[in-house]
Amino acid sequence: MSSIIPAELRYTESHEWVRANDDGTVTVGITDHAQHLLGDLVFVEIPEVGRTVTAAESCAVVESVKAASDVYSPLDGAIVEVNEALADKPELINEDPYGEGWIFRLKTTAALEGLLDAKAYEAIAIAEDEDDEGSLANPKLAD
Amino acid sequence: MAKRTPLYARHAALGAKLVDFGGWDMPLHYGSQLDEHHQVRRASGLFDVSHMTIVDFAEPAPTRALLRYLLANDVARLYPGKALYTCMLNQAGGVIDDLIVYDRGEIGYRLVLNAATRDKDLAWITPIAERFGAAWRERDDLAMLAVQGPEALAKLEAVLGVDTVAAIRALKPFHALEANGLFIARTGYTGEDGVEIMPPAAQTADLWDRILAAGVAPCGLGARDTLRLEAGMNLYGSDMDETTTPLVSGLGWTVAWEPKDRDFIGRAALERQRAAGVPQTFVGLVLEERGVLRGHQHVYAGDREIGQITSGTFSPTLNRAIALARVEAGGGDRCQVDIRGKRLPARVVKPPFVRHGRALIA
Repeated sequence: MSSIIPAELRYTESHEWVRANDDGTVTVGITDHAQHLLGDLVFVEIPEVGRTVTAAESCAVVESVKAASDVYSPLDGAIVEVNEALADKPELINEDPYGEGWIFRLKTTAALEGLLDAKAYEAIAIAEDEDDEGSLANPKLAD
Repeated sequence: MAKRTPLYARHAALGAKLVDFGGWDMPLHYGSQLDEHHQVRRASGLFDVSHMTIVDFAEPAPTRALLRYLLANDVARLYPGKALYTCMLNQAGGVIDDLIVYDRGEIGYRLVLNAATRDKDLAWITPIAERFGAAWRERDDLAMLAVQGPEALAKLEAVLGVDTVAAIRALKPFHALEANGLFIARTGYTGEDGVEIMPPAAQTADLWDRILAAGVAPCGLGARDTLRLEAGMNLYGSDMDETTTPLVSGLGWTVAWEPKDRDFIGRAALERQRAAGVPQTFVGLVLEERGVLRGHQHVYAGDREIGQITSGTFSPTLNRAIALARVEAGGGDRCQVDIRGKRLPARVVKPPFVRHGRALIA
């Protein structure tokens, strides 16, 4: 499975992407690789605007038909905007993970340099494909 | 290495996401589990369920006596061509497995058991069958396909022939026939019309190809799970297991209490539970807000925990979360479910949620 990994974005090992905006905020979503692993998304629990988060803190949940998966904040900051459209259309994440499927916008003073670049993230995604499933959404059919 | 069905190469070629299922490499979906679910509700879908365990008993007489002792439902209710859904219990009344028995007349009986429980089932059955002098063999030379959906039988005309499909249509649900070397049963796990076919392994890939060519969509076990849950059908290992009786698992209807003098394994324990008052009831839940119900979430009535969800999912047909749950008996029609620390309101309903493409829940 080959997934799209835009070169201009930054990434986390937990499969979030981060886009630097002109106003100093960053937009966060989950990667194409992650949405592939999760399958059809049916529910997204989005954080509240104004919430302060720290890096690696769980601040959203994406649920596919079979599994729930946490979305972690890539950086310290405060949530300034959330993608309300996901409430009615969680499938936006499947259809357009880097565009209309964005999850939240973060006001942060942290540097993006500590995050993975596209090449480093690609190595993780490929290793996971070879490892079959990786850490995300390993669905259980029969307990 | 995980076991593979005769269709493994077909699944891989179709781009299936393959997952481990009871020691088998099985297709979870071929792209979109939701699309596959809708295909079965609205048109037709084809499932590889060859991982299921098939056991044939050859001699009708000793087998009949054996099965009347081994199973909680009573095979005396059967006649040639009829199928029976039943639980196999331990002495405590706990469910070892749920299965379907087919009466094949003079040929004997066929049992279809779960894949994940194969080893313990056969270990349980072996000494008891020996005691009754009932010979059996596992039919790992057979595969199993399920063709399900409102258009399933019409699509099969191009594959099995108009006459065979006419004979299938003449069957009532839970009946089977054998034609052209195929065992064909009007059974399934989706709540839709359709059949389960048990072809010889060597013919399976060809049959699979011809059914797909007839316009039936390949569907994975992911969709099978959401379909069965909408249809209010239990999943072994989630909704019941060796620690729960059929009476607390919504399966009391499968226990044949009459005739009173039939001794079956687990009977005494079930009678004790029934006499003492069955402490829990098995219900359906519909989440009233957005979210997804999952197995093991806790169910509350006010401040009091009254039970747990045994299996839950997002219902693609109803577009909301549904679940099966085991809760204290005598509760009301409202409850709350703890989802990640939040208590969300849910309605208590009687399953099924969906049957023959129609929503049964407002």
